[in-house]
Amino acid sequence: MRKPVILRIEAISSFAIFFIVMVKHGDNPYSMPKQQNPISRLGSSGLSILVDLGRMGLYLLQMIQGCLRTPFRYAEFMRQMNFIGVGSLVVIFFTAASTGMVLGLQGYYSLHKFGAEGMLGSAVSLTLIMELGPVLTALMVAGRAGSAMCAELGIMRISEQLDALDCMAIDPFRYFISPKLLAALISVPLLTALFDVVGIAGGYVAGVHLMGVNPGSYIDGMQSSVTSHDVWLGTVKSFVFALLIVWICTGRGYFVHLIRGAGFGARSVSRVTTQAVVLSSISVLIFDYLLTAILI
Amino acid sequence: MNTTGIEFKGVTKAFIRDDGSRQVILDQVSFSIPAGKTTVIAGGSGQGKSVTLKLILRLMDTDSGQILVCDDDITQARGKELKELRTRFGVLFQGAALFDSMTVFENVALPLRERTSKSEDEIREQVLSSLEQLELLGHEDKFPAQLSGGMKKRAGLARALQLKPEIMLFDEPTTGLDPVMTQEIYQLFARTQEQVGYTSIIVSHDIPKVFNLADQVIVLNNGAMDVFSSPEAIQWSSKPHIREFVQTTMGEIYQSHLVEK
Repeated sequence: MRKPVILRIEAISSFAIFFIVMVKHGDNPYSMPKQQNPISRLGSSGLSILVDLGRMGLYLLQMIQGCLRTPFRYAEFMRQMNFIGVGSLVVIFFTAASTGMVLGLQGYYSLHKFGAEGMLGSAVSLTLIMELGPVLTALMVAGRAGSAMCAELGIMRISEQLDALDCMAIDPFRYFISPKLLAALISVPLLTALFDVVGIAGGYVAGVHLMGVNPGSYIDGMQSSVTSHDVWLGTVKSFVFALLIVWICTGRGYFVHLIRGAGFGARSVSRVTTQAVVLSSISVLIFDYLLTAILI
Repeated sequence: MNTTGIEFKGVTKAFIRDDGSRQVILDQVSFSIPAGKTTVIAGGSGQGKSVTLKLILRLMDTDSGQILVCDDDITQARGKELKELRTRFGVLFQGAALFDSMTVFENVALPLRERTSKSEDEIREQVLSSLEQLELLGHEDKFPAQLSGGMKKRAGLARALQLKPEIMLFDEPTTGLDPVMTQEIYQLFARTQEQVGYTSIIVSHDIPKVFNLADQVIVLNNGAMDVFSSPEAIQWSSKPHIREFVQTTMGEIYQSHLVEK
Protein backbone atom coordinates (compact mmCIF):
# COMPACT_ATOMS: atom_id res chain seq x y z
CA MET A 1 0.00 0.00 0.00
CA ARG A 2 1.38 3.46 -0.93
CA LYS A 3 1.73 5.57 2.18
CA PRO A 4 0.53 9.18 2.07
CA VAL A 5 3.35 11.77 2.34
CA ILE A 6 1.66 13.33 5.35
CA LEU A 7 2.04 10.07 7.28
CA ARG A 8 5.75 9.98 6.63
CA ILE A 9 6.14 13.61 7.72
CA GLU A 10 4.22 12.90 10.90
CA ALA A 11 6.33 9.82 11.52
CA ILE A 12 9.54 11.83 11.18
CA SER A 13 8.08 14.49 13.51
CA SER A 14 7.31 11.81 16.09
CA PHE A 15 10.85 10.55 15.84
CA ALA A 16 12.15 14.09 16.41
CA ILE A 17 9.85 14.57 19.41
CA PHE A 18 11.15 11.29 20.86
CA PHE A 19 14.74 12.47 20.73
CA ILE A 20 13.87 15.89 22.14
CA VAL A 21 12.08 14.23 25.07
CA MET A 22 14.99 11.85 25.53
CA VAL A 23 17.56 14.60 25.56
CA LYS A 24 15.45 16.76 27.85
CA HIS A 25 15.58 13.92 30.38
CA GLY A 26 19.23 13.22 29.73
CA ASP A 27 21.30 15.93 31.38
CA ASN A 28 25.02 15.26 31.50
CA PRO A 29 28.22 16.91 32.71
CA TYR A 30 28.27 19.23 29.70
CA SER A 31 24.71 20.42 30.03
CA MET A 32 23.45 23.84 30.98
CA PRO A 33 26.10 25.53 33.09
CA LYS A 34 24.26 28.02 35.30
CA GLN A 35 26.14 31.24 34.66
CA GLN A 36 26.64 31.41 30.90
CA ASN A 37 25.46 33.76 28.23
CA PRO A 38 22.66 32.62 25.89
CA ILE A 39 25.05 31.68 23.08
CA SER A 40 27.16 29.54 25.41
CA ARG A 41 24.01 27.94 26.77
CA LEU A 42 22.92 27.14 23.22
CA GLY A 43 26.31 25.58 22.54
CA SER A 44 26.16 23.62 25.79
CA SER A 45 22.70 22.37 24.85
CA GLY A 46 24.01 21.20 21.49
CA LEU A 47 26.90 19.39 23.16
CA SER A 48 24.52 17.96 25.70
CA ILE A 49 22.30 16.53 22.97
CA LEU A 50 25.23 15.00 21.10
CA VAL A 51 26.91 13.57 24.19
CA ASP A 52 23.73 12.03 25.56
CA LEU A 53 22.59 10.58 22.25
CA GLY A 54 26.06 9.25 21.55
CA ARG A 55 26.33 7.68 24.97
CA MET A 56 22.91 6.05 24.80
CA GLY A 57 23.54 4.95 21.21
CA LEU A 58 26.80 3.25 22.19
CA TYR A 59 25.05 1.73 25.19
CA LEU A 60 22.44 0.19 22.87
CA LEU A 61 25.18 -1.27 20.68
CA GLN A 62 26.99 -2.74 23.69
CA MET A 63 23.74 -4.21 24.93
CA ILE A 64 23.14 -5.94 21.59
CA GLN A 65 26.78 -7.10 21.39
CA GLY A 66 26.45 -8.49 24.92
CA CYS A 67 23.68 -10.83 23.68
CA LEU A 68 26.16 -12.42 21.28
CA ARG A 69 29.06 -12.86 23.70
CA THR A 70 29.84 -16.21 25.24
CA PRO A 71 29.43 -17.89 27.65
CA PHE A 72 25.72 -17.10 27.65
CA ARG A 73 24.32 -16.67 31.16
CA TYR A 74 21.34 -18.99 30.93
CA ALA A 75 20.53 -18.81 34.68
CA GLU A 76 20.39 -15.00 34.65
CA PHE A 77 18.29 -15.10 31.46
CA MET A 78 15.78 -17.49 33.10
CA ARG A 79 15.67 -15.34 36.23
CA GLN A 80 14.82 -12.30 34.13
CA MET A 81 12.21 -14.27 32.16
CA ASN A 82 10.66 -15.16 35.50
CA PHE A 83 10.84 -11.57 36.76
CA ILE A 84 9.65 -9.78 33.62
CA GLY A 85 7.36 -12.46 32.21
CA VAL A 86 5.92 -14.61 34.99
CA GLY A 87 5.99 -11.73 37.49
CA SER A 88 3.87 -9.58 35.20
CA LEU A 89 1.20 -12.22 34.48
CA VAL A 90 -1.29 -11.13 37.14
CA VAL A 91 -0.96 -7.42 36.32
CA ILE A 92 -1.37 -8.11 32.61
CA PHE A 93 -4.32 -10.44 33.20
CA PHE A 94 -6.34 -7.92 35.22
CA THR A 95 -5.41 -4.98 32.98
CA ALA A 96 -6.38 -6.94 29.89
CA ALA A 97 -9.65 -8.22 31.37
CA SER A 98 -10.79 -4.76 32.46
CA THR A 99 -9.67 -3.14 29.20
CA GLY A 100 -11.47 -5.79 27.11
CA MET A 101 -14.69 -5.46 29.15
CA VAL A 102 -14.64 -1.67 28.91
CA LEU A 103 -14.07 -1.93 25.16
CA GLY A 104 -16.97 -4.37 24.95
CA LEU A 105 -19.34 -2.03 26.78
CA GLN A 106 -18.20 1.19 25.08
CA GLY A 107 -18.10 -0.49 21.69
CA TYR A 108 -21.60 -1.86 22.15
CA TYR A 109 -23.06 1.56 22.99
CA SER A 110 -21.29 3.21 20.04
CA LEU A 111 -22.16 0.50 17.51
CA HIS A 112 -25.72 0.17 18.81
CA LYS A 113 -26.41 3.73 17.61
CA PHE A 114 -25.78 2.58 14.05
CA GLY A 115 -27.35 -0.85 14.49
CA ALA A 116 -23.96 -2.47 13.99
CA GLU A 117 -23.60 -4.50 17.22
CA GLY A 118 -22.46 -7.43 15.10
CA MET A 119 -19.19 -5.60 14.45
CA LEU A 120 -18.29 -5.62 18.17
CA GLY A 121 -15.95 -8.63 17.89
CA SER A 122 -14.13 -7.00 15.00
CA ALA A 123 -13.80 -3.64 16.80
CA VAL A 124 -12.62 -5.11 20.09
CA SER A 125 -10.10 -7.54 18.57
CA LEU A 126 -8.57 -5.06 16.08
CA THR A 127 -8.23 -2.37 18.76
CA LEU A 128 -6.58 -4.80 21.14
CA ILE A 129 -4.30 -6.59 18.70
CA MET A 130 -3.02 -3.51 16.86
CA GLU A 131 -2.98 -0.84 19.56
CA LEU A 132 -4.03 -1.40 23.13
CA GLY A 133 -2.46 -4.83 23.62
CA PRO A 134 1.14 -3.84 22.76
CA VAL A 135 0.89 -0.35 24.30
CA LEU A 136 -0.74 -1.23 27.63
CA THR A 137 1.46 -4.31 28.05
CA ALA A 138 4.56 -2.17 27.46
CA LEU A 139 3.35 0.50 29.92
CA MET A 140 2.70 -2.16 32.58
CA VAL A 141 6.12 -3.75 32.03
CA ALA A 142 7.81 -0.33 32.09
CA GLY A 143 6.12 0.50 35.39
CA ARG A 144 6.73 -2.86 37.03
CA ALA A 145 9.96 -4.29 35.60
CA GLY A 146 11.55 -1.20 33.98
CA SER A 147 11.59 0.74 37.23
CA ALA A 148 13.16 -2.22 39.06
CA MET A 149 15.85 -2.63 36.38
CA CYS A 150 16.72 1.06 36.56
CA ALA A 151 16.88 1.11 40.36
CA GLU A 152 18.96 -2.10 40.45
CA LEU A 153 21.56 -0.72 38.07
CA GLY A 154 21.52 2.69 39.72
CA ILE A 155 22.22 1.19 43.13
CA MET A 156 24.95 -1.01 41.65
CA ARG A 157 26.52 2.09 40.11
CA ILE A 158 26.51 4.26 43.24
CA SER A 159 27.75 1.39 45.43
CA GLU A 160 30.62 0.74 42.97
CA GLN A 161 29.42 -2.78 42.14
CA LEU A 162 29.56 -1.98 38.41
CA ASP A 163 33.10 -0.62 38.85
CA ALA A 164 33.98 -3.85 40.66
CA LEU A 165 32.75 -5.87 37.68
CA ASP A 166 34.89 -3.74 35.33
CA CYS A 167 37.91 -4.19 37.58
CA MET A 168 37.47 -7.97 37.52
CA ALA A 169 37.37 -7.70 33.71
CA ILE A 170 33.82 -9.07 33.73
CA ASP A 171 31.66 -7.54 31.01
CA PRO A 172 28.56 -6.13 32.78
CA PHE A 173 26.58 -6.29 29.53
CA ARG A 174 27.13 -10.01 29.00
CA TYR A 175 26.90 -10.66 32.71
CA PHE A 176 23.50 -9.21 33.45
CA ILE A 177 22.31 -6.35 31.21
CA SER A 178 21.94 -8.23 27.92
CA PRO A 179 20.07 -11.17 29.54
CA LYS A 180 17.48 -8.57 30.60
CA LEU A 181 17.15 -7.45 26.97
CA LEU A 182 16.77 -10.98 25.64
CA ALA A 183 14.27 -11.86 28.37
CA ALA A 184 12.22 -8.74 27.60
CA LEU A 185 12.31 -9.40 23.83
CA ILE A 186 10.75 -12.82 24.47
CA SER A 187 8.52 -11.97 27.45
CA VAL A 188 6.88 -8.77 26.22
CA PRO A 189 5.49 -10.23 22.93
CA LEU A 190 4.20 -13.26 24.88
CA LEU A 191 2.61 -10.98 27.49
CA THR A 192 1.10 -8.96 24.64
CA ALA A 193 -0.39 -12.13 23.16
CA LEU A 194 -1.84 -12.97 26.57
CA PHE A 195 -3.22 -9.42 26.86
CA ASP A 196 -4.90 -9.77 23.45
CA VAL A 197 -6.51 -13.12 24.30
CA VAL A 198 -7.71 -12.08 27.77
CA GLY A 199 -8.89 -8.70 26.43
CA ILE A 200 -10.90 -10.31 23.62
CA ALA A 201 -12.41 -12.73 26.16
CA GLY A 202 -13.28 -9.76 28.39
CA GLY A 203 -14.95 -8.03 25.45
CA TYR A 204 -16.90 -11.24 24.77
CA VAL A 205 -18.14 -11.42 28.37
CA ALA A 206 -19.23 -7.76 28.37
CA GLY A 207 -20.67 -7.75 24.86
CA VAL A 208 -22.25 -11.19 24.65
CA HIS A 209 -23.15 -12.10 28.23
CA LEU A 210 -23.97 -8.65 29.60
CA MET A 211 -25.24 -6.76 26.55
CA GLY A 212 -26.74 -9.62 24.60
CA VAL A 213 -24.69 -9.46 21.38
CA ASN A 214 -24.94 -12.63 19.30
CA PRO A 215 -21.95 -14.84 20.17
CA GLY A 216 -21.63 -16.09 16.61
CA SER A 217 -21.43 -12.59 15.17
CA TYR A 218 -18.80 -11.61 17.79
CA ILE A 219 -16.55 -14.56 16.89
CA ASP A 220 -17.27 -14.35 13.15
CA GLY A 221 -16.62 -10.59 13.09
CA MET A 222 -13.30 -11.16 14.77
CA GLN A 223 -12.25 -13.99 12.45
CA SER A 224 -13.20 -12.13 9.29
CA SER A 225 -11.56 -8.80 10.14
CA VAL A 226 -8.29 -9.72 11.84
CA THR A 227 -5.55 -10.49 9.32
CA SER A 228 -2.04 -11.84 9.82
CA HIS A 229 -0.75 -8.33 9.00
CA ASP A 230 -2.60 -6.95 12.03
CA VAL A 231 -1.06 -9.60 14.29
CA TRP A 232 2.35 -8.96 12.73
CA LEU A 233 1.99 -5.22 13.38
CA GLY A 234 1.16 -5.83 17.04
CA THR A 235 4.09 -8.24 17.38
CA VAL A 236 6.58 -5.83 15.80
CA LYS A 237 5.35 -3.12 18.15
CA SER A 238 5.81 -5.32 21.20
CA PHE A 239 9.39 -6.18 20.15
CA VAL A 240 10.25 -2.50 19.66
CA PHE A 241 8.61 -1.51 22.95
CA ALA A 242 10.54 -4.22 24.81
CA LEU A 243 13.79 -2.90 23.34
CA LEU A 244 12.88 0.70 24.27
CA ILE A 245 11.97 -0.19 27.86
CA VAL A 246 15.15 -2.15 28.57
CA TRP A 247 17.36 0.32 26.70
CA ILE A 248 16.03 3.42 28.46
CA CYS A 249 15.49 1.96 31.93
CA THR A 250 18.81 0.11 32.21
CA GLY A 251 20.64 2.94 30.43
CA ARG A 252 19.42 5.60 32.86
CA GLY A 253 20.41 3.42 35.81
CA TYR A 254 23.79 2.59 34.29
CA PHE A 255 24.61 6.26 33.73
CA VAL A 256 23.05 7.56 36.96
CA HIS A 257 26.40 9.05 38.04
CA LEU A 258 26.57 11.16 34.87
CA ILE A 259 23.09 12.69 35.13
CA ARG A 260 23.88 15.97 36.81
CA GLY A 261 20.38 17.17 37.66
CA ALA A 262 19.65 13.91 39.46
CA GLY A 263 21.78 14.70 42.50
CA PHE A 264 23.74 12.06 44.38
CA GLY A 265 23.24 8.82 46.30
CA ALA A 266 19.83 7.32 46.98
CA ARG A 267 18.07 10.48 45.81
CA SER A 268 19.72 10.25 42.39
CA VAL A 269 18.54 6.65 42.01
CA SER A 270 14.95 7.51 42.94
CA ARG A 271 14.89 10.50 40.59
CA VAL A 272 16.45 8.64 37.71
CA THR A 273 14.06 5.71 38.23
CA THR A 274 11.07 8.04 37.97
CA GLN A 275 12.67 9.67 34.94
CA ALA A 276 13.27 6.30 33.28
CA VAL A 277 9.66 5.16 33.69
CA VAL A 278 8.30 8.47 32.39
CA LEU A 279 10.71 8.53 29.47
CA SER A 280 10.14 4.91 28.47
CA SER A 281 6.36 5.37 28.70
CA ILE A 282 6.45 8.49 26.52
CA SER A 283 8.77 6.71 24.09
CA VAL A 284 6.36 3.78 23.85
CA LEU A 285 3.50 6.15 22.97
CA ILE A 286 5.56 8.08 20.42
CA PHE A 287 6.90 4.92 18.78
CA ASP A 288 3.39 3.48 18.74
CA TYR A 289 2.32 6.29 16.45
CA LEU A 290 5.54 6.10 14.47
CA LEU A 291 5.26 2.36 13.82
CA THR A 292 1.57 2.60 13.01
CA ALA A 293 2.27 5.37 10.49
CA ILE A 294 5.06 3.41 8.85
CA LEU A 295 3.76 -0.17 8.95
CA ILE A 296 -0.01 0.09 8.60
CA MET B 1 58.25 -10.82 43.62
CA ASN B 2 56.58 -9.32 40.57
CA THR B 3 58.06 -6.41 38.66
CA THR B 4 54.91 -4.52 37.76
CA GLY B 5 55.02 -0.83 38.52
CA ILE B 6 52.93 2.14 37.42
CA GLU B 7 54.16 5.31 35.80
CA PHE B 8 52.21 8.55 35.27
CA LYS B 9 53.58 10.69 32.43
CA GLY B 10 52.18 14.22 32.15
CA VAL B 11 48.66 13.19 33.17
CA THR B 12 45.96 15.86 33.22
CA LYS B 13 42.39 15.38 34.38
CA ALA B 14 39.78 18.10 34.82
CA PHE B 15 36.04 18.28 35.41
CA ILE B 16 33.51 20.88 34.29
CA ARG B 17 31.77 22.62 37.19
CA ASP B 18 28.11 23.73 37.23
CA ASP B 19 29.14 27.30 36.39
CA GLY B 20 31.03 26.09 33.32
CA SER B 21 34.49 26.59 34.81
CA ARG B 22 37.15 23.89 34.77
CA GLN B 23 38.27 22.17 37.97
CA VAL B 24 41.72 20.72 37.42
CA ILE B 25 42.27 17.56 39.48
CA LEU B 26 45.65 16.54 38.06
CA ASP B 27 47.76 19.00 36.12
CA GLN B 28 50.58 17.51 33.99
CA VAL B 29 51.43 15.08 36.76
CA SER B 30 54.36 12.64 36.43
CA PHE B 31 55.50 10.08 38.98
CA SER B 32 56.34 6.38 39.38
CA ILE B 33 54.94 3.77 41.73
CA PRO B 34 57.64 1.16 42.39
CA ALA B 35 56.87 -2.52 41.98
CA GLY B 36 56.35 -4.66 45.07
CA LYS B 37 56.23 -1.63 47.37
CA THR B 38 53.42 0.19 49.15
CA THR B 39 52.53 3.67 48.01
CA VAL B 40 50.11 5.78 50.03
CA ILE B 41 48.21 8.54 48.25
CA ALA B 42 47.12 11.23 50.69
CA GLY B 43 45.51 14.66 50.42
CA GLY B 44 42.48 16.62 51.49
CA SER B 45 38.91 15.91 50.42
CA GLY B 46 38.20 16.62 46.77
CA GLN B 47 41.89 16.66 45.81
CA GLY B 48 41.48 13.70 43.45
CA LYS B 49 42.74 10.68 45.39
CA SER B 50 39.94 8.38 44.27
CA VAL B 51 40.06 9.89 40.77
CA THR B 52 43.73 8.88 40.58
CA LEU B 53 42.76 5.28 41.38
CA LYS B 54 40.00 5.38 38.78
CA LEU B 55 42.46 6.69 36.19
CA ILE B 56 44.88 3.85 36.99
CA LEU B 57 42.04 1.36 36.46
CA ARG B 58 40.78 3.25 33.40
CA LEU B 59 37.36 3.61 34.99
CA MET B 60 37.84 7.24 33.90
CA ASP B 61 39.69 8.65 30.91
CA THR B 62 42.56 11.11 31.24
CA ASP B 63 42.40 14.41 29.35
CA SER B 64 46.03 13.98 28.32
CA GLY B 65 49.14 12.03 29.26
CA GLN B 66 50.02 8.37 29.68
CA ILE B 67 49.60 5.86 32.50
CA LEU B 68 51.97 2.93 32.02
CA VAL B 69 51.17 -0.33 33.75
CA CYS B 70 54.25 -2.52 33.31
CA ASP B 71 55.12 -0.49 30.17
CA ASP B 72 51.61 -0.88 28.67
CA ASP B 73 49.72 2.40 28.28
CA ILE B 74 46.32 1.75 29.85
CA THR B 75 44.95 5.06 28.55
CA GLN B 76 45.20 3.72 24.99
CA ALA B 77 44.06 0.15 25.73
CA ARG B 78 40.79 -1.06 24.21
CA GLY B 79 38.72 -4.24 24.34
CA LYS B 80 40.68 -7.39 25.15
CA GLU B 81 43.89 -5.48 25.82
CA LEU B 82 42.14 -3.40 28.50
CA LYS B 83 40.60 -6.53 30.01
CA GLU B 84 44.00 -8.21 30.20
CA LEU B 85 45.52 -5.15 31.86
CA ARG B 86 42.69 -5.05 34.38
CA THR B 87 43.22 -8.68 35.34
CA ARG B 88 46.56 -7.56 36.85
CA PHE B 89 44.67 -5.45 39.38
CA GLY B 90 42.82 -6.27 42.54
CA VAL B 91 40.69 -3.54 44.07
CA LEU B 92 39.24 -3.07 47.52
CA PHE B 93 36.61 -0.37 47.20
CA GLN B 94 35.63 2.05 49.95
CA GLY B 95 32.36 0.21 50.65
CA ALA B 96 33.82 -3.16 49.59
CA ALA B 97 31.40 -3.18 46.58
CA LEU B 98 30.16 -6.68 47.34
CA PHE B 99 27.21 -7.81 45.24
CA ASP B 100 24.14 -7.47 47.46
CA SER B 101 22.24 -10.36 45.94
CA MET B 102 25.11 -12.85 46.32
CA THR B 103 26.39 -14.61 49.42
CA VAL B 104 29.95 -14.08 50.66
CA PHE B 105 30.97 -17.36 49.01
CA GLU B 106 29.41 -16.38 45.66
CA ASN B 107 31.05 -12.95 45.82
CA VAL B 108 34.50 -14.41 46.43
CA ALA B 109 33.99 -17.17 43.86
CA LEU B 110 32.79 -14.77 41.15
CA PRO B 111 36.18 -13.87 39.61
CA LEU B 112 37.19 -17.55 39.61
CA ARG B 113 33.95 -18.63 37.93
CA GLU B 114 34.09 -15.87 35.34
CA ARG B 115 37.82 -15.55 34.65
CA THR B 116 39.21 -19.07 35.08
CA SER B 117 38.35 -22.56 33.86
CA LYS B 118 38.59 -24.12 37.31
CA SER B 119 36.08 -26.78 38.30
CA GLU B 120 33.47 -26.00 40.92
CA ASP B 121 35.30 -28.26 43.41
CA GLU B 122 38.58 -26.41 42.88
CA ILE B 123 36.81 -23.07 43.23
CA ARG B 124 35.13 -24.19 46.44
CA GLU B 125 38.44 -25.35 47.90
CA GLN B 126 40.24 -22.10 47.01
CA VAL B 127 37.44 -19.85 48.25
CA LEU B 128 37.06 -21.66 51.58
CA SER B 129 40.83 -21.56 52.06
CA SER B 130 40.83 -17.78 51.46
CA LEU B 131 37.91 -17.26 53.79
CA GLU B 132 39.70 -19.26 56.46
CA GLN B 133 42.84 -17.10 56.11
CA LEU B 134 40.74 -13.95 56.43
CA GLU B 135 38.78 -15.35 59.38
CA LEU B 136 35.49 -15.44 57.50
CA LEU B 137 34.91 -19.18 57.60
CA GLY B 138 31.40 -19.84 58.88
CA HIS B 139 30.11 -16.64 57.26
CA GLU B 140 30.25 -17.88 53.66
CA ASP B 141 26.47 -18.26 53.35
CA LYS B 142 25.71 -14.79 54.68
CA PHE B 143 24.72 -11.88 52.46
CA PRO B 144 26.71 -8.60 52.59
CA ALA B 145 23.88 -6.88 54.47
CA GLN B 146 24.40 -9.39 57.32
CA LEU B 147 28.12 -8.54 57.73
CA SER B 148 29.85 -5.92 59.85
CA GLY B 149 31.98 -3.22 58.19
CA GLY B 150 35.23 -5.05 58.91
CA MET B 151 33.86 -8.36 57.62
CA LYS B 152 32.74 -6.67 54.42
CA LYS B 153 36.25 -5.30 53.90
CA ARG B 154 37.77 -8.72 54.50
CA ALA B 155 35.30 -10.34 52.09
CA GLY B 156 36.13 -7.63 49.52
CA LEU B 157 39.83 -8.31 50.05
CA ALA B 158 39.28 -12.06 49.66
CA ARG B 159 37.50 -11.44 46.35
CA ALA B 160 40.21 -9.07 45.13
CA LEU B 161 42.97 -11.59 45.90
CA GLN B 162 41.42 -14.59 44.13
CA LEU B 163 43.13 -13.97 40.80
CA LYS B 164 46.48 -13.25 42.48
CA PRO B 165 46.77 -9.61 41.38
CA GLU B 166 50.11 -7.98 40.66
CA ILE B 167 48.79 -4.61 41.86
CA MET B 168 46.33 -4.04 44.70
CA LEU B 169 44.44 -0.77 44.99
CA PHE B 170 42.82 0.14 48.31
CA ASP B 171 40.32 3.01 48.28
CA GLU B 172 39.84 4.37 51.82
CA PRO B 173 40.06 0.84 53.26
CA THR B 174 39.49 1.78 56.90
CA THR B 175 36.68 4.32 56.55
CA GLY B 176 33.97 3.60 59.10
CA LEU B 177 36.04 1.10 61.08
CA ASP B 178 36.95 1.37 64.75
CA PRO B 179 40.66 1.69 65.72
CA VAL B 180 40.99 -2.01 66.63
CA MET B 181 39.49 -3.14 63.33
CA THR B 182 41.60 -0.56 61.47
CA GLN B 183 44.74 -2.03 62.99
CA GLU B 184 43.59 -5.55 62.08
CA ILE B 185 42.94 -4.53 58.49
CA TYR B 186 46.40 -2.96 58.15
CA GLN B 187 48.01 -6.09 59.57
CA LEU B 188 46.00 -8.11 57.07
CA PHE B 189 47.26 -5.94 54.20
CA ALA B 190 50.87 -6.38 55.33
CA ARG B 191 50.40 -10.15 55.67
CA THR B 192 48.71 -10.65 52.29
CA GLN B 193 51.27 -8.43 50.56
CA GLU B 194 54.03 -10.55 52.02
CA GLN B 195 52.29 -13.71 50.81
CA VAL B 196 51.26 -12.54 47.32
CA GLY B 197 53.98 -9.93 46.73
CA TYR B 198 51.75 -7.39 45.04
CA THR B 199 52.40 -3.70 44.46
CA SER B 200 50.14 -1.86 46.85
CA ILE B 201 48.52 1.55 46.39
CA ILE B 202 46.49 2.85 49.32
CA VAL B 203 44.30 5.92 49.22
CA SER B 204 43.50 6.91 52.77
CA HIS B 205 42.54 9.67 55.16
CA ASP B 206 43.81 7.58 58.04
CA ILE B 207 47.03 9.50 58.61
CA PRO B 208 49.50 8.89 60.18
CA LYS B 209 48.45 5.25 60.90
CA VAL B 210 48.51 4.24 57.24
CA PHE B 211 52.08 5.60 56.95
CA ASN B 212 53.26 2.59 58.94
CA LEU B 213 52.67 0.55 55.78
CA ALA B 214 54.10 3.06 53.31
CA ASP B 215 57.35 2.83 51.37
CA GLN B 216 56.42 5.94 49.39
CA VAL B 217 53.92 8.74 49.99
CA ILE B 218 52.22 10.93 47.40
CA VAL B 219 50.42 14.07 48.57
CA LEU B 220 47.83 15.59 46.23
CA ASN B 221 47.16 19.30 46.37
CA ASN B 222 45.33 21.52 43.84
CA GLY B 223 46.24 19.47 40.79
CA ALA B 224 49.88 18.96 41.76
CA MET B 225 51.54 15.94 43.34
CA ASP B 226 54.41 15.83 45.81
CA VAL B 227 56.18 12.51 45.96
CA PHE B 228 58.11 11.50 49.09
CA SER B 229 60.40 8.51 49.19
CA SER B 230 59.32 7.72 52.76
CA PRO B 231 56.71 8.95 55.26
CA GLU B 232 59.49 10.51 57.30
CA ALA B 233 60.56 12.67 54.35
CA ILE B 234 57.26 14.61 54.41
CA GLN B 235 58.11 16.43 57.60
CA TRP B 236 61.20 18.01 56.03
CA SER B 237 59.33 19.59 53.15
CA SER B 238 59.55 23.38 53.03
CA LYS B 239 56.39 23.75 50.92
CA PRO B 240 53.70 25.63 52.91
CA HIS B 241 50.84 23.35 51.84
CA ILE B 242 52.81 20.23 52.88
CA ARG B 243 53.69 21.78 56.25
CA GLU B 244 50.02 22.63 56.73
CA PHE B 245 49.08 19.09 55.71
CA VAL B 246 51.54 17.63 58.22
CA GLN B 247 50.22 19.86 60.99
CA THR B 248 46.56 19.16 60.35
CA THR B 249 46.73 15.43 59.63
CA MET B 250 49.62 14.04 61.61
CA GLY B 251 49.01 15.82 64.86
CA GLU B 252 51.47 15.64 67.69
CA ILE B 253 53.55 12.78 66.31
CA TYR B 254 55.35 15.01 63.85
CA GLN B 255 54.93 18.36 65.61
CA SER B 256 58.34 18.20 67.28
CA HIS B 257 60.05 17.71 63.93
CA LEU B 258 58.26 20.74 62.52
CA VAL B 259 59.38 22.89 65.42
CA GLU B 260 62.96 21.73 64.92
CA LYS B 261 62.80 22.63 61.26
